[in-house]
Amino acid sequence: MELFDFYRKDRWPHVFCPGCGNGTVMNCFYRAFSDLGLSLDKTVFVGGIGCSSRIPLYINSDALHTTHGRAIAFATGLRLSNPGLKVVVFTGDGDLGAIGGNHFINGCRRNVELTVVCINNNIYGMTGGQASITTPHEFLSTTTPQGNKEYPFDLAEIAVAAGANYVARWTTRQVHELTLSLKTALKKTGFGFVEVISQCPTNFGRRNKMADPSQMLEWFKESSVRRDKARTAAVDHVDLNLAGQITVGEFVNRNRESYEELIGVVKHG
Amino acid sequence: MKAQAGEYFLQGNEACVEGAITAGVRFFAGYPITPSTEIAEGLARRLTGKDGTFLQMEDEIACISAVIGASWGGMKAMTATSGPGFSLMQEAIGYAAMSETPILIVNVMRGGPSTGQPTRASQGDVMQTKWGSHGDYQVIAFAPASVQEMFDLTVEALNYSEKYRVPGFLLSDAEVGHMRGLLRIPEDVKIVDRKELGRKRLDEAYDVPDDLVHPFPVFGQGHKAVITGMTHTEDSRIEPEDEKVHEELVTRLNEKVLKNRKDINKWDLMCPGSKTMIVSYGAAALGPMEIAAANDKVGLLRLKSVWPLPEEPIAEVARECDQMLVCEMNLGQLFGDIKRVALEAGCRKVELLSKIGGDPPTPSDVRHRLKQMGGV
Repeated sequence: MELFDFYRKDRWPHVFCPGCGNGTVMNCFYRAFSDLGLSLDKTVFVGGIGCSSRIPLYINSDALHTTHGRAIAFATGLRLSNPGLKVVVFTGDGDLGAIGGNHFINGCRRNVELTVVCINNNIYGMTGGQASITTPHEFLSTTTPQGNKEYPFDLAEIAVAAGANYVARWTTRQVHELTLSLKTALKKTGFGFVEVISQCPTNFGRRNKMADPSQMLEWFKESSVRRDKARTAAVDHVDLNLAGQITVGEFVNRNRESYEELIGVVKHG
Repeated sequence: MKAQAGEYFLQGNEACVEGAITAGVRFFAGYPITPSTEIAEGLARRLTGKDGTFLQMEDEIACISAVIGASWGGMKAMTATSGPGFSLMQEAIGYAAMSETPILIVNVMRGGPSTGQPTRASQGDVMQTKWGSHGDYQVIAFAPASVQEMFDLTVEALNYSEKYRVPGFLLSDAEVGHMRGLLRIPEDVKIVDRKELGRKRLDEAYDVPDDLVHPFPVFGQGHKAVITGMTHTEDSRIEPEDEKVHEELVTRLNEKVLKNRKDINKWDLMCPGSKTMIVSYGAAALGPMEIAAANDKVGLLRLKSVWPLPEEPIAEVARECDQMLVCEMNLGQLFGDIKRVALEAGCRKVELLSKIGGDPPTPSDVRHRLKQMGGV
């Protein structure tokens, strides 16, 4: 599939800022989707509210742009009503982990076949840079002018604990690994979750001395530690703190029966 | 799968389950809440996976979200809840209105505000049904007063929801939902399915049809439909900054219900032409029904659909009577609108009998109030 068969060129210009990581994730996703030979006519992209949740609107397929935080719940109903469809969710840290946290953990637990891609930029970008549930401790945002006193969620570890069949985390600096993980997630039966730590130079970097996107990518490269190595080094990988390290890698790859298999839904007449 | 025709002795909530199956519901997502839970339990037994999907979700927001998703997958889908769950669903109800998604929401009303009276009947959510989500929108809502109507009006609510691509509501209550009575399921029940886009392209559907309802592009058929709660054009392009697009869209969403009011509205009239007329609906009408049956000086207009408000029959009754009594199980939610319509039609006196606390007004409550008004 050619790049411009995949995207809706007529919907440009897009809403993303210069230097945003969304384009990198979209490109990796396109490569994974295209390499697997999946059909756009049999795939629905679902988004919630936020910058990353706008991605479905630019892909040349059916799209469901839903309410804030509920994309996984919408996608669950869609997938179970029509198991012939591949359902992919694009979401962000606020959409998935804050307002949608309940649907996220229960989605992992229920294990319906969904591919969920969370672009985690550690900030509320669309509304102008407020702290999110993944903003690192002591980092600045418009709602943490004295530094963030809370500690961030580790979305990937939550997904593992909640029961997702596939969980991986990469940064926008590791495009090759990210593309491979997206492929694995798209092929997976059951709930597949890929978290991508991404740069928001406009609303995160600018307030934290990394206004140039390349500074953020450099920071991702320096901070990334492979999960297997992080374990042996006895690093506290549960506390994802960008100030210290970003644990990356495949977190889990297992084959629990999917919800569809368990209830015997194949295709409704 | 269909409900077996015949006569049954059932609970109101169980009759709703049979109505849903008959109308073609094959997807249900629910969360336990008194006094609606029997609907979820009933559908859990019927939708077993191969012939439809039952889902117990993590909360009511997830329920209605899943139901909207299932509708876009091409299935008739519904949820059932009561006050607190209904409050949680409001944002997504606005989404269903904006995205023109046919779904059914059954609200078996209980006393509120807040946790209120979980096991007792109320009509406290009537205004919330119409005004609960932000922005201007319309809904279609029916209010059953018997076990039979729990079946009939479930089918109607689904039919009209499909026909107009609008969220449909069954506004029942703990009294009607839990009452037991006779249900006759006929051999032939009229079922309406949404008008699908089929093989047409999405851009062939831009022209606004006479009934203001666009054909429905089911996902997975190559339409490349973009469904969104943002202000959008007919070819699903988001245009949140465009005043004209917003005005045209929201006006059409409202008019497709209001202009088709005569098609949607259902009511029942007892002793028409009486000088004293009662207007009521749902369980609140049970007492008035007994009075109107026993007294030829008192008539009853019983609204079977409450949204859009059946203004024409209310005005017609108001023109012919001297005085009107509105009977509700809240502190007067429809009273204001009914009074406006009745006064405009020339009725001189419109009063309210409201009863809250859990029991519908008894015939003697109604008789007492009519005596005060000088009607009996």
